Amino acid sequence: MENEVLLRMTGICKQFPGVKALQNVEFTLRRGEIHALMGENGAGKSTLIKVLTGVYPKDAGKIILDGKEIAIHSPSQAQNQGISTVYQEITLCPNLTVAENIYIGRDKTAIVPWKKFNHDADELLKSLSIPARAKQLLGSCSLAVQQMVAIARAVDMQCKVLILDEPTSSLDDHEVEMLFSLMRRLKQEGVGIIFVTHFLDQVYAVSDRITVLRNGELVGEYKTENLPMLDLVSKMMGKELENLSNISVGHDKRATVERPAFYQAEDLASKETNPFSFHADEGEVTGFTGLLGSGRSECVRAIFGADKVSGGKVRVHGKSVKITRPKQAMKNGIGYLPEDRKRDGIIADLSVRDNIILASQVMQGFFKPYSRAEAEAFADEYIKALQIKTASQDTPVGSLSGGNQQKVILARWLLTHPQYLILDEPTRGIDIGTKTEIQRLVLKLAEEGMTVTFISSEIEEMLRTCSRLIVMRDKHVVGELTGEQLNQSEIMRTIAGGEEQ
Amino acid sequence: MTKTISGGNRGKTQREPIANSQLLFFIAVAIFVLLYVAAIIAFGDKGFLKPQTLLTMFNENAALIIVACALTIVMITGGIDISVGAVIALVSIACAKYLQNGGEIWVSILMALGIGLAFGVFQGFLISYLKIQPFIITLAGMFLARGLVTVVSKEGISLTSEAAPAFIRLKDFRISIDALGSTDIKGLTKKVVFTPGTLEVTVIVALIILLAVALMLKKTRLGRHFYAVGGNQQSALMLGCNVQRVRFHAYIISGLLAGIAGYVNLMHKGAGNPTMAAGMEMDAIASSIIGGTMLSGGVGNVFGTLFGVLNLSTIKNIVQVSGISNGGKEWWQNITTGGMLCIFIVMQSIILFVRGKSGRKKAGNKPAKN
Repeated sequence: MENEVLLRMTGICKQFPGVKALQNVEFTLRRGEIHALMGENGAGKSTLIKVLTGVYPKDAGKIILDGKEIAIHSPSQAQNQGISTVYQEITLCPNLTVAENIYIGRDKTAIVPWKKFNHDADELLKSLSIPARAKQLLGSCSLAVQQMVAIARAVDMQCKVLILDEPTSSLDDHEVEMLFSLMRRLKQEGVGIIFVTHFLDQVYAVSDRITVLRNGELVGEYKTENLPMLDLVSKMMGKELENLSNISVGHDKRATVERPAFYQAEDLASKETNPFSFHADEGEVTGFTGLLGSGRSECVRAIFGADKVSGGKVRVHGKSVKITRPKQAMKNGIGYLPEDRKRDGIIADLSVRDNIILASQVMQGFFKPYSRAEAEAFADEYIKALQIKTASQDTPVGSLSGGNQQKVILARWLLTHPQYLILDEPTRGIDIGTKTEIQRLVLKLAEEGMTVTFISSEIEEMLRTCSRLIVMRDKHVVGELTGEQLNQSEIMRTIAGGEEQ
Repeated sequence: MTKTISGGNRGKTQREPIANSQLLFFIAVAIFVLLYVAAIIAFGDKGFLKPQTLLTMFNENAALIIVACALTIVMITGGIDISVGAVIALVSIACAKYLQNGGEIWVSILMALGIGLAFGVFQGFLISYLKIQPFIITLAGMFLARGLVTVVSKEGISLTSEAAPAFIRLKDFRISIDALGSTDIKGLTKKVVFTPGTLEVTVIVALIILLAVALMLKKTRLGRHFYAVGGNQQSALMLGCNVQRVRFHAYIISGLLAGIAGYVNLMHKGAGNPTMAAGMEMDAIASSIIGGTMLSGGVGNVFGTLFGVLNLSTIKNIVQVSGISNGGKEWWQNITTGGMLCIFIVMQSIILFVRGKSGRKKAGNKPAKN
């Protein structure tokens, strides 16, 4: 039973315009195992899942379920074959009862057999120890229970393969434990579970095997007990430990001069993060690092007041201030370049000029607009200073390349003359030339006395620019590295939780 | 059905907490009772004590009850249909013209159903399969129907017993209920006269439809799919509902009910005229909302809608009886209705907000991540 192969995906290829999302990926799921699928952003996890559930057609490869090759063209077809998915966001109807959510869309009779539904649903919930009642409205259950109801539905549909796509993201510890015991139970009944998550601790708590993907390629399949967390992290990031130990760091380890702190936060917490303490000194480049979803962006969003701040003390220049909204942060000299520039950054249909003066205009107040001449002068200055490649000031930002869009947003914040600039993934998805330019600019700004916090998925980049790194894992700060500690293996060791120490 | 969950997790009898939709329904009922009691206290001498006043409210509003049911269905799926008032006018006037020219009753009924169905199918198709905003489509349908009304006849058509004797007999047929009658002292002789309570045939039609719709919403697969689609369209799709077909059906039913309401309207008035039922779609929407149907979809029931109609009608009666600003009654009626609707919607959202908060706490859950 233990080793019987349930699902085998071989030679799976999937190409999107310009990107090879999956190249010759193998994946094997055995009966009665919990198999974690791991990888950083863009590794191809979700593409693989979507190929399996029929959301995307595959370009090449075979999917063999129970020894038979199957073709899947839609999620409902996948369901009929016994492949069910439970997504991070609940895909049930909160205004219906629990029982209805389990059976709706599957009944063939025109009249709803309420009695049977309620009875069967209660039996099912009981057998899976899910603390919900059939007649309860789904919306009155906690999120964890709603998720479990979704799993109950899948179980009742005789699923053989259960895919859990980031099911624990919005659950607290207790709820996660409830979910895990349900998963273990299903595992004993012979269901194969694919568990996609970015919480490392959870992978070790519940999974039997781990498959790691990176850049659309298979890195390998491992038994969980044979793969220490440190190795897992290095496999996900693509750096072998042996080669790591002595990579020298590009920038000079600037002497740790005592500099006055610009920003200090004590137990700062928002809806999205656990409380953390942090300080940034004048002229210092700090960085938040960690795997995707470790909470690094959420931390800086809390600093800027972009998420609802729920507690903690903040001091700027030693003076206690309240920053709960972005405008208050701006008033205190903080600028923030958001992670997702399409969504939070540029206003695509406005001109380069209007995008540049936007933040500064907000600071000044909308009732004192800049004159045309002033705006043009500002725009000119920064287009030159940052070498933004644009046809004219009037070009809509949306038509610029990604790197130049990023520079426009950078210009927007520099124009407010911030004393503290937070850059969240400023170099993602832009060409290498612009990347180095931005890195150089960051260092130059710091030299001129600006406080900078820098976030990037690329560790090399962080090492080149930052003189102090805050390391995060699973929404907690797990370490702070400075000076000699700033190298890749140390970072990974800290992420993996100080194993092998 | 027993309330006990045999050997369930809790192990003991447990009643489900009252759902938001039920709560809103009870509020609608409570408001009706309050309004009516207030009316009896203030204007008891002007007829509110007589059961006939209540019966007349049904007589007057049979058509509204039917279209309000239609709107409730559409709104449960998260849509809207503002063409119903114009469709009623079209059906009334078309059937009136046909009957006046010596047509058969059963043919005129088929005509009514046909017109309603045609509008329902046409609008439903555009909305569900071509995914056009329901508001826009039914707005277009409203103009189309109103335009067709004047094509049929520019003037009102009153049915006479010479031209359509059978129809007039049906129209004038009254169901008398002695138990709901009342005695009056009339004339110089102070004779005691007993008048039984009377109901029109239209009320029977309306109540049958109300019951049928209630059963459909509660007991049938289609009915439950209406709720699922309105609750979360994406989820409904993932759960295996044919969302497009479900929405299509909602508009077909809505059109069909509008057709029936049109015929009922003609039966009540005995005449068709181009401006009739103007704004009835708005009364229907208001009734649904007062009865606890949510414009955002997924929540609502037709009994609440019935009380919504009765609430509106009671306000209308109170304003008429009280004689505030004679000659400008329409204003007061509209102002009161508007005010009440506003209060009701604010109340709805406050209740849902408060309950949402406490519900979270009870579930022992930290705030959801968005």
